[in-house]
Amino acid sequence: MVDNKGISIWFFIGTLLLLYGIIVTGANIYQAYNPSFGRPTVLENLHFGIWWGILLIVVGLIYFIGFRPWKNANQHPD
Amino acid sequence: MINGYSQSVFLLLLKSTSLVSLNWVDSLVIVLYFIFVVGIGFYLLRYTKTGEDFFLAGRRMSSWVAGLSFVAANLGSLELMGWAASAYQYGILATHWYWIGAIPAMLFLAIVMMPFYYISRTHSVPGYLKLRYGESTSMLSGVSFAFMTVLMSGINMFAMALVMKVILGWSIDFSIWVSSLTVMLYVVLGGLLSAIFNEVLQFMLIWLGALVIPVLGLIEAGGWSGMVSKIHANFPAGNYTHLWSTLGSFKDNPMGIHWTGIVFGLGFVISFGYWTTDFLVVQRLLSAKDLRSAKMAPIIGAGFKMMVPFIVILPGLLGLAVMPGLLPQQQAIATGGNSYNEVLPLMLARYAGPGLLGLGITALIAGFMSGMAGNVTAFSTVWTYDIYRPIHMKLAKKERPDEYYVKMGRWATIIGVIISIGTAYLVQQFASIMDYVQALFSFFIAPLFGTVILGMLWKRATGPGGFWGLLAGTLASVGMYVWVKLQPSALGIIALSKYAKPMADDMYRALWCWLVTVIVTIVVSYMTTPKPEAELTGLVRGCTEIPSEGHLPLVKRPIFWAGVVFAVLVILNVIFW
Repeated sequence: MVDNKGISIWFFIGTLLLLYGIIVTGANIYQAYNPSFGRPTVLENLHFGIWWGILLIVVGLIYFIGFRPWKNANQHPD
Repeated sequence: MINGYSQSVFLLLLKSTSLVSLNWVDSLVIVLYFIFVVGIGFYLLRYTKTGEDFFLAGRRMSSWVAGLSFVAANLGSLELMGWAASAYQYGILATHWYWIGAIPAMLFLAIVMMPFYYISRTHSVPGYLKLRYGESTSMLSGVSFAFMTVLMSGINMFAMALVMKVILGWSIDFSIWVSSLTVMLYVVLGGLLSAIFNEVLQFMLIWLGALVIPVLGLIEAGGWSGMVSKIHANFPAGNYTHLWSTLGSFKDNPMGIHWTGIVFGLGFVISFGYWTTDFLVVQRLLSAKDLRSAKMAPIIGAGFKMMVPFIVILPGLLGLAVMPGLLPQQQAIATGGNSYNEVLPLMLARYAGPGLLGLGITALIAGFMSGMAGNVTAFSTVWTYDIYRPIHMKLAKKERPDEYYVKMGRWATIIGVIISIGTAYLVQQFASIMDYVQALFSFFIAPLFGTVILGMLWKRATGPGGFWGLLAGTLASVGMYVWVKLQPSALGIIALSKYAKPMADDMYRALWCWLVTVIVTIVVSYMTTPKPEAELTGLVRGCTEIPSEGHLPLVKRPIFWAGVVFAVLVILNVIFW
């Protein structure tokens, strides 16, 4: 990625993944305590949604912080 | 590439119930996705001022961005669902379309062809043909490409709307209009830059949404060996887990194909034709910031393409292990059961809880939108530069300012989307159109590869040679297609075996029409006067000085990474032999 002015695409990706991670983790934690919240799924005892949500948060944070636009002002987005 | 899935999707219309229902968390995930893709379009509007910005993303893309969008533009939602279904039907053989059917061609494009596309500074593949062979070859290729691109886009749009109807119960009108208008909005605003940025985003979402299935599927099946044991237990008569060992005879594998068809038809002509000359994918590479990035982009793309079977083929194989009993579509309709065409959404519904289901559906929508944006941006470029501009120059005999072409590109995007929507509704009325348009698209791919590769590697190829070769190859392909339609036994002659099945027809037809193109181009070229070498600079090997990479450290040289990717490809094929 060459950044010379503007917001990097990786920042957009990081932001969206971070939001998705928060939503998925939150919804699956809620479902762990309220099983009627979601449909029954195979292997739901593993609470995979919580782990996947945490993964999305971690990946999202890496991109969000690494490509934050306020680090280098006036960059090109490509 | 096409695998016949979209035709069978039509039968899904007969289903009356949806497979899954979304809760509000899943809907929120999908809505957020739409907000982001449109937001990116609005944000990038300020960076899209010149023709080079709009049509070539300013030629500023890094190899990673160009490489990921190169792969994403090919990863349509039908591709995801279709190949998962094919894996359930044919087993691991479907992987050939991702490995030998893609990787060698992508590496060849990177190392051999990309320098000529890039150094010639062309806007498009028809643009290259104009520089190399002249206006008539370029126009033949440009008109057929533009026409087919919008029609294919409409067909994929309708098939995707059908899939959404079956999975979620959404109305077909809703899916068609919301998804296509969203793509139109962000492409009109930011041109290729916006399409590429969204493709990178969509690529990430496709992976993160679809990866849930193989991870949980492997846990449930007991790992790879557990999955293989379960498949053997469920289907003792079939061989679903070997790539090559069953290809010695047409009779020994469920595809009814021979290894020569896979290697020469798919691995050589079809895949080289698609990956090296289909402007939809090549356009992404022309946006690279320099030649090294343009060469690295398809190599990076090849690395990711090689991993796509993990989210596409593996779910189909896992379906064979944990969900035996999925039926062919017509049988499923008759018995009220589920079809293997639905294996991907069924697996998604099996494992994905709240939010993850929305993420998986977002992956399918993202796949469709990345494919459609690819079609639309390629159409607007070819229309503006390769069809409209030459006609205007001939009639008005004067050039228009750059801003005019940007405006034309935006209008072409809008009109392209409208034609696609119209095609989608037309297909809804006349299902057989889908068969014919897909066949029509395949008519041009293999001959075009013959024309382009001779143009790049053979100085003696002439303008008339290129034109007549392309036309003859295309007509040969049409002729063989019609022959098999009228007389199905002709398939045995074209594919060289009476045991050949329709999948083999595509492979051998491509091979023969490519040969026709090459032979006619060579013969006509020898009968006509070649261009002086000075006019071939930047277009043909031997007349073009390609910048040396000798000064770069080994790990920065494209040829090194191409070797690494190729070695991994060989190892994977040996492992799954």
